Amino acid sequence: MNGAQGRRDVWSWWHLLFVIQFVAVLWPPFYNRIEPLWLGLPFFYWYQMLWVIVSAVITAIVYFATRE
Amino acid sequence: MQDVNWTALTVFVLLFGFITWLGFAAARWRKGDLDLLHEWGLGGRRFGTVVTWFLVGGDLYTAYTFIAVPALAFGAGAVAFFAVPYTIVIYPFLFLVFPRLWRVCHKRGYITAGDFVRGRFGNRWLALAVTITGIVATMPYIALQLVGIQVVVGALGISGTGLAADLPLIIAFLVLAAFTYSSGLRAPASIAIVKDILIYVTAFAAIIVIPIELGGFGKIFAAVPAKKILLAVPGPHTTGAYGAYATLALGSALALFLYPHSMTGILSASSGKAIRRNAAMLPGYSFMLGLLALFGFFAIAAGVDKLPEFAGGFKQFGNNFAVPALLLHSFPAWFVGIAFAAIGIGALVPAAIMSIAAANLYTRNIHREFINKNPTDKQEAQMAKWVSLIVKFGALVFILFVPTQYAIQLQLLGGIWVIQTLPAVMFGVFTRWFNSWALLLGWAGGTFAGTAMAVAAHLTPAYPLAVGGYTFPGYTAFYTLVLNLVIAIVLTPVFNMMNARRVPLDETLAADYQA
Repeated sequence: MNGAQGRRDVWSWWHLLFVIQFVAVLWPPFYNRIEPLWLGLPFFYWYQMLWVIVSAVITAIVYFATRE
Repeated sequence: MQDVNWTALTVFVLLFGFITWLGFAAARWRKGDLDLLHEWGLGGRRFGTVVTWFLVGGDLYTAYTFIAVPALAFGAGAVAFFAVPYTIVIYPFLFLVFPRLWRVCHKRGYITAGDFVRGRFGNRWLALAVTITGIVATMPYIALQLVGIQVVVGALGISGTGLAADLPLIIAFLVLAAFTYSSGLRAPASIAIVKDILIYVTAFAAIIVIPIELGGFGKIFAAVPAKKILLAVPGPHTTGAYGAYATLALGSALALFLYPHSMTGILSASSGKAIRRNAAMLPGYSFMLGLLALFGFFAIAAGVDKLPEFAGGFKQFGNNFAVPALLLHSFPAWFVGIAFAAIGIGALVPAAIMSIAAANLYTRNIHREFINKNPTDKQEAQMAKWVSLIVKFGALVFILFVPTQYAIQLQLLGGIWVIQTLPAVMFGVFTRWFNSWALLLGWAGGTFAGTAMAVAAHLTPAYPLAVGGYTFPGYTAFYTLVLNLVIAIVLTPVFNMMNARRVPLDETLAADYQA
């Protein structure tokens, strides 16, 4: 309940890591193509699936870095 | 229609029987006094990280999603994959906003977004706007869950005319209503664990078995028409499909946690920490949703819509029949029973939580605020139980007597409406800067413009915004949220000047938001 701890969950520089995933998945020109294929899967699909995993890892990093 | 698939039906009924028992038994799980609203309607805020993961996962990734997203891939192609960026960008919001909201709700005994807005801004009319928006947006969503049940029941080969045709749905509804009434949020929480395991088993089995049967992803995508594989590259003077794709993902993400059922799921967690951990763990469901979206392409490659045994199903349910047909085509009957049970049970979990959330809203923010200001705890809980029944009954009547297309269109409008509560709820968690009347007018402006734009776009999600010779097709909810914010920001200083002496009380304290 002390103020210093509370402020830390309002803002931390670690939160800027979240910006990466917004840029990576909300800009379709990055990934709207077929090549390179992976296991026969077009880039469009495996790129976005990969980002599900990367974004979870980013969130975990932010969680551990800002843990009270 | 094909014949009744007895093996699949038997497995389906057995699993349904099991979760019915579980739903009633859940009343004794982490036992609490179910005559208190926060016990019935929030499970006593006792769910730790793991149960919250199952509950919120089962709540947000609904049966309808599992039917509709692959159906969209099947019919329209790449655009359906917006569900993946959508469910990537929601989690930073969950991580940053909701632990704070959870803490203030916990400290002040709030159980709905309406409670929070009422306490934070001291404006009952703004709270009423948030409440009504939440209830109205939830109703068609419940109806769509029942559509999910209808599709799998149809795929099991059960058909009939008149009342007999609707009997399975009515039975499922009665089961749902009874265990929600008796066990409250504990029922969907316990059932979600079973349902999610079934869904994961189905998804991972299918992602391995079906591509092998069809000769690999290379062959599958070779069978998909080229224009369905990627988004159309925008022409000159427009952001085309790119802008629509990105704004659909972002707008849907912003709207999702404002839905009452999301709020109920999150507020039932036992701590802010459990919520933050879930922001890193819930993408497990996003991954599965991406796999399921690919099922739409599998269905194209398998050519299920051209097989005579599925003609009746496609005629009745349209593209929503693609996934059930694919499962019937690819798996032995006993496994189809498991998969269909996963979808059917998957409809009951969110439907239960949605009806509880709507009941909490009505009880707290309409009945208690405007009708009976001093109910006893028991009266309050009893009222919520009755309202949850009324809400579900309304959804059932809707789905039995109104064309499914209307439920889908209303659900689309619901997303546009519910996002208009974002400034009051999400910004309200961080700041009291906004004037509550400015927020109310922003809400009204966004809701009105959003409805008009959606109607102008023939009830499709993307509105072709034209500015100086350029066209920006984008998600209406996203555009109208911007309008809403502009109104709220411009009018806040104006209202503050008009009644500078009478700023309503903020009953929350800075410390309430902190760990």
